Amino acid sequence: MQRTSDQASDTKRWGAGALVFAALAMVGGMSNAYVISLLTIVLLFTFLGQSWNLMLGIGGQLSIGHALFVGIGAYAVAILNIKYGVTPWIGLLLGAVIAGFVGAVLAWLSFRFEVRGIYFALLTIAAAEFARIMFGGWDYVGGMQGLFYQAPSGTMDLGMLRGDARFYYFVALALAAIGVAGTELISRSYWGYVWRAMRDDDEAARALGVRTFRHKVLVVSISAATAAIGGGVLGLVQGAIFPDSIMGMAISVDVLIGPVVGGLGTAFGPLVGSMAAIPLHHAMGALGDSLGLPGLNSVAYGAVLILVVWFLPDGIWPAIVRLYGAIQLPARGRISQLRKAEE
Amino acid sequence: MTALLEVKNLTKAFVGLVAVNDVSFSLQAGRITALIGPNGAGKTTCFNLVAGALRPTAGQVLFEGCLLEREPPEAVCRMGIARTFQIVRPMKDMSVLENAMVGAFSWTTNVKEARDKAYESLENVGLAGKANARTDQLTLPDRKMLEMAKALSTRPKLLLLDEVMAGLRPTEAAGVVGVLHRLAESGLTILLVEHVMRIVMEVASTVVVLHHGAKIAEGKPSEVVADPAVLESYLGAGFHA
Repeated sequence: MQRTSDQASDTKRWGAGALVFAALAMVGGMSNAYVISLLTIVLLFTFLGQSWNLMLGIGGQLSIGHALFVGIGAYAVAILNIKYGVTPWIGLLLGAVIAGFVGAVLAWLSFRFEVRGIYFALLTIAAAEFARIMFGGWDYVGGMQGLFYQAPSGTMDLGMLRGDARFYYFVALALAAIGVAGTELISRSYWGYVWRAMRDDDEAARALGVRTFRHKVLVVSISAATAAIGGGVLGLVQGAIFPDSIMGMAISVDVLIGPVVGGLGTAFGPLVGSMAAIPLHHAMGALGDSLGLPGLNSVAYGAVLILVVWFLPDGIWPAIVRLYGAIQLPARGRISQLRKAEE
Repeated sequence: MTALLEVKNLTKAFVGLVAVNDVSFSLQAGRITALIGPNGAGKTTCFNLVAGALRPTAGQVLFEGCLLEREPPEAVCRMGIARTFQIVRPMKDMSVLENAMVGAFSWTTNVKEARDKAYESLENVGLAGKANARTDQLTLPDRKMLEMAKALSTRPKLLLLDEVMAGLRPTEAAGVVGVLHRLAESGLTILLVEHVMRIVMEVASTVVVLHHGAKIAEGKPSEVVADPAVLESYLGAGFHA
């Protein structure tokens, strides 16, 4: 009996997801260049947010240094493509492998010596900053001057992942869809159950036979590898990469803002959160420029974070789900249910 | 009769305190054994030593003839020893069913198999009707039962229960007693750490009494409660029944 209701809500979730992405695909066909480029960034950070979400929202491991993995992916693609003319597909794969390895080593060393929780998070910042400074001083990869892709010729080339803004919009859309569907699939797989168990209570999970050490290393490694794929595409979209921008703290923050605002550990949260936060960030940036108030966008970011943490600590998406559930009830139960949802 | 678990001269010393001192006992397969004693007797320490959560200072724990030595808790679980915690620890962001599924992933990676096993475990403890509930919607007795269901999903040969009855009303405890009897009949071996004497008398076939870390008595419940050393440890010197 319960199993059928599970399946019904499964169909609903997948149906809703398909509709959302179909709508986004249609947007890609008609809108103006500014909207397209903004949404491309939103969708890329949806994918990156999913990678981060996998690690904290499902695996329970906090990273504030995801820029490390984003940067590794971006540099892997750029070095191979710009210096050797190798297709970005290979670069994406190689970047993912390297980042996955770096993530696994970082996690292994850290958890092996009982560096956990917030201390692990500090270690991720340190590792990202170390890499940023190292790349900045490394002449082979252009140092602080960075690396530049050739200007796109305008013709679409799927093999070399080059094309116009619209082409990258659809690449980002595909990644975001993979991110949302992948999160959904993983959280309901063997890994998902085991990871959520260790996220909720490490000791209790171990008592139930979960080898939490290896699963923590695994989740960090997979998260790092997927972040590198997002980073590789981000570099292509931006057309140039610099250590300060692609491996800086700002990227680490941008990556986590989507899932935190949208809803940690949920499949749709990072999409909803990125949709809400990134356009606001850009709009406030533009407003700040015209008013002569630089930094207005960062203030807006901070304000949104505080408001969300204060009023919707689970994030926006779970609040929408609760509201929807309440509307479906008969009118009489609605108010009390809404109140309950508020609590 | 074969001993499923043998504890030999087990000792655990913390700084300035010997919590468990040279304790030996064995658990017979398919039986319910209770570990009792006054507060601070070393029951939970002893329990944690068997579960692999603590390492003994001296002595051995043998499970099915194999020495348990430096095995982490997850390995102990995979060998067939499942435990519950004194304070209930549901995975709070997972449903009741999902909680019960986690244990099954110690022997399968198939989600459907794990789900079937979880339903079976929940049925065993009478929680199947609440499979889709959130754990914070459960009453305390239900949460205690969920702890047992989680442990049962690991397909244990030996179930270690740390004060499952603590904080339960007599009628609720009676329900737990029924569940324990059924599990023992199905062949499961159970070690119970318990404070509530009345319940121990009802369920255990053997009782081991600890006092100040040392074993002071072992035997059938009726023999143990008549033992002067046991009475003295619970009620103070000079008391005679």
